[in-house]
Amino acid sequence: MSDLTRLDASETAAAVAAGEVTAREVAGAHLDRIEQTDEAVHAFVHVDRELTLAAADAVDAARASGGPLGPLAGVPLALKDVFTMRGAPTTCGSKILDGWRPPYDATVVERLRDAGVVVLGKTNMDEFAMGSSTENSAYGVTHNPWNLERIPGGSSGGSSAAVAARQAPLAIGTDTGGSIRQPAAVTGIVGVKPTYGAVSRYGLVAFSSSLDQGGPFARSVLDAALLHEVMAGHDPRDATSIDAPVPPVAAAARGELGGVDGLKVGVVTQLQGEGYQPGVQARFDEVVQLLTSLGADVVEVSCPSFDYALPAYYLIAPSECSSNLARFDGMRYGLRAGDDGKNGVEQVMAITRAEGFGPEVKRRIMLGTYALSAGYYDAYYGQAQKVRTLIRRDFEAAYRDVDVLLSPTTPTVAFPIGERADDPVAMYKADLATLPSSLYGGPAMSLPAGLGDDDLPVGVQLMAAVQRDEQVYRVGAALESALQERWGGPLLDRIPELATGGAA
Amino acid sequence: MTTPSSDVLMSFEDAIATFDPVMGLEVHVELNTLTKMFCGCPTEFGAAPNTQVCPVCLGLPGALPVVNQKAVESAIRIGLALGCSIAPWSRFARKNYFYPDMPKDFQTSQYDEPIAFNGALDIVVETDDGPQSITLGIERAHMEEDTGKISHLGGATGRIHGADYSLIDYNRAGVPLIEIVTKPIEVEPALAPAVARAYVTELRELIVALGVSDAHMHQGSMRVDANLSLKPRGRAEFGTRTETKNVNSIRSVERAVRFEIQRQAVVLSSGGTIVQETRHFHENDGSTTSGRVKEEAEDYRYFPEPDLTPVAPDEAWVESLRATLPESPLLRRARIREEWGLSEHEMQSLINAGALDLVEQTVALGADPADARKWWTGEIARISNERGLDVAVLPITPADVHRIIVLTSDGALNDKLARQVIEGVLAGEGGPDEVVASRGLAVVSDDGALLEAIDAALAAQPDVADKIRDGKVQAAGAIVGAVMKATAGKADAARVRELILRRVSGA
Repeated sequence: MSDLTRLDASETAAAVAAGEVTAREVAGAHLDRIEQTDEAVHAFVHVDRELTLAAADAVDAARASGGPLGPLAGVPLALKDVFTMRGAPTTCGSKILDGWRPPYDATVVERLRDAGVVVLGKTNMDEFAMGSSTENSAYGVTHNPWNLERIPGGSSGGSSAAVAARQAPLAIGTDTGGSIRQPAAVTGIVGVKPTYGAVSRYGLVAFSSSLDQGGPFARSVLDAALLHEVMAGHDPRDATSIDAPVPPVAAAARGELGGVDGLKVGVVTQLQGEGYQPGVQARFDEVVQLLTSLGADVVEVSCPSFDYALPAYYLIAPSECSSNLARFDGMRYGLRAGDDGKNGVEQVMAITRAEGFGPEVKRRIMLGTYALSAGYYDAYYGQAQKVRTLIRRDFEAAYRDVDVLLSPTTPTVAFPIGERADDPVAMYKADLATLPSSLYGGPAMSLPAGLGDDDLPVGVQLMAAVQRDEQVYRVGAALESALQERWGGPLLDRIPELATGGAA
Repeated sequence: MTTPSSDVLMSFEDAIATFDPVMGLEVHVELNTLTKMFCGCPTEFGAAPNTQVCPVCLGLPGALPVVNQKAVESAIRIGLALGCSIAPWSRFARKNYFYPDMPKDFQTSQYDEPIAFNGALDIVVETDDGPQSITLGIERAHMEEDTGKISHLGGATGRIHGADYSLIDYNRAGVPLIEIVTKPIEVEPALAPAVARAYVTELRELIVALGVSDAHMHQGSMRVDANLSLKPRGRAEFGTRTETKNVNSIRSVERAVRFEIQRQAVVLSSGGTIVQETRHFHENDGSTTSGRVKEEAEDYRYFPEPDLTPVAPDEAWVESLRATLPESPLLRRARIREEWGLSEHEMQSLINAGALDLVEQTVALGADPADARKWWTGEIARISNERGLDVAVLPITPADVHRIIVLTSDGALNDKLARQVIEGVLAGEGGPDEVVASRGLAVVSDDGALLEAIDAALAAQPDVADKIRDGKVQAAGAIVGAVMKATAGKADAARVRELILRRVSGA
């Protein structure tokens, strides 16, 4: 095998299953790649070579003993540092969790292990998944492998960067308002936010419970679907987990459910035009034309409530986070500051939180605390929930007429590191197009649509009705194949070669 | 401190001559489910600290709650027993506050959407004119989780102030609680303290009859918060209330209410105002003192718990639970009292002994109620007191007691021997028949053996024999005593007496 880091996940799994390569060799190649490139990219906050190789050896042993291998057995994966995993720290990009080693595995981690997926390490992220650039991490900034001066998106920027940089063929992120789709778009890879409740949140450190959802990053729609099927499924430990079969996303990605011929596709009026970069709009328009040429019936759909998605989101998510993050008080785990023997409990809690949280987390805790306060609840949190209902109704009305909805994933390509660091509202606008389906709960995919302004990747967003995840994979796979035919190969083939050799 | 002094109290009679008390009672009941409210940890009382914990009840990052269906079932049964409506759809909320006893720094509790609401409970209070029946309104019964337990150590008082350090035990964190809240209680002012006591007593019996909690106030599995305010006679709107916590016995409920009436009356009569606050009850002198006075009212920022789905009990399930409700303790007591012909006092001592169920079961096996009461509230209750245990947990069953009663009425045992049989059963020597056999406790029923002993006794005390011949029959007692002694208590005293009289009269 020439370069194991260039293989898709499905190809790697097939090679491992066929005995053409061992899981240990695959893991070793990716660990080497991380060592060579991560000084520049800084996608990972924790890599444990021994642990990774041991997991790979377990897959090789299972194969040797003739045991059944899952469809992704032996494939390496980069895990966002928001999931708990025994044997490794979990920091959530925050100083307040510095040194915490969880005593239990997230359900997603259990499923990965059962499937023989080999976790390479934990990836960098905006602190507690709050941000769109991975600049809000207490453990350094992650760089976009397309242009190291640019952001890799966020909050799952470590995961998107790892996949784009060929440090891992697969990664897992979490999406609360766009934290999988936006990083996927700006790094030129596939990212999916499954239907809310499809992937267990047990062991996913909560930012906003009613919005958080784990999902896959991959370099192809099929790979994303294979990982989606490993991750998803009912979990009795998560009360919001869907107790129904996982939609046939891998079959859809293989084209087994058909192409786009005859499908109705809605282009959302409110998620394009003003505020979207010319290069982004141009790639989006080309995708719309391509879908028409493939036989889809493309119509324009108006969802007027989407205009209020951003303010509603920035009340609901901070409200929930103000409560979810209360437990980080220095009493039981992680950082404890100010415990000088004189300060009381409340002072130690306050000092710990003041030192342990970064500015964006504090901003959202304050926003949420305010929005839930007596006398303000109805005007803020209550009103935002009403908007959420209206957005859900817009989606439900749209899906009575169309199979999928379409928009650009982000208004712009990856912006320069530091550009929006002091302008929270500009930063929040990176998620303008991804917020509505988060509030609704339906599945959404970002798919590479070509290069836009500054020769940086542009993503197109495919959205579908709740529990119709297969629809985004079906359309995504058809588009992917038509686009790659046009490009003469995957978009990622055009990524500049990273300087290698720098030992981490 | 802005708290008014509570050194001076108005007499209770003066207080109720001027003011009308309004009470609101909040009772927390710890459910006896095997596992906690939102995780699979055991709930058993008394385990070593922090041994009954997991990522969920420790609130570790990433852990999620799942509602215990058995707790929902208990909540619905309590609601139904209190005549409440059961909400077809209700939610949990988060009550947010920072304190180390809450591992998540919020408590998951129902808030504005309780599972049960709008019920009533009938109670009976003793008045100068005899028992009076009163119906109290139940506002709601809702589910929540208990907090961990903090011990403040190293100080003199066991309170947080002055303590060197504090230890937290999270075994209790997440244990299911039901909070039952009354509607405002406005009764004849003089009766208020007794009504509070009677309510808690009645509610406790109902909970125990439902089998959903052991409802031990001293162990904290049933806790009472008493809200009380006063309003000048004739005024409609309620005054400012205080909430007295730490009321750890049924008697204390009555004392705490009485104290707050007297304390608030002084404050109001002297032109002061009542501070809305939490107060602590002190068992030793029956007083209440101000708890932490907050600069401003605590804002718990309640909002619906997003990690849980709504509780939506199916109507058929609720109806099937309704069919499992026990007879109301009040009606049951009235029925039993009538059936057994007991006085109110006799009934009360039976209840106080904790033996009503046991006596009823013994009677159900065929025993006479008077005999069953005699043993359960007599010898067995005495031993339970001695050992500091509930009668119900002693290793003796209604079947055992029934057998002892049968043996006694057949003349095979006398009372003294029966007590020894009870002792043997409690010592684990087996059932009554086994104890009788192994200890050789059968009554001596052989007249020949008894007459031998009687003759010996009469010969030893000829003067007594003469007295009996002279018609002083009561003198026979001395001979009976001697015979009992000679037979090591194994004789039937009545038979012995009969034989003595026959012997002396020459029959």
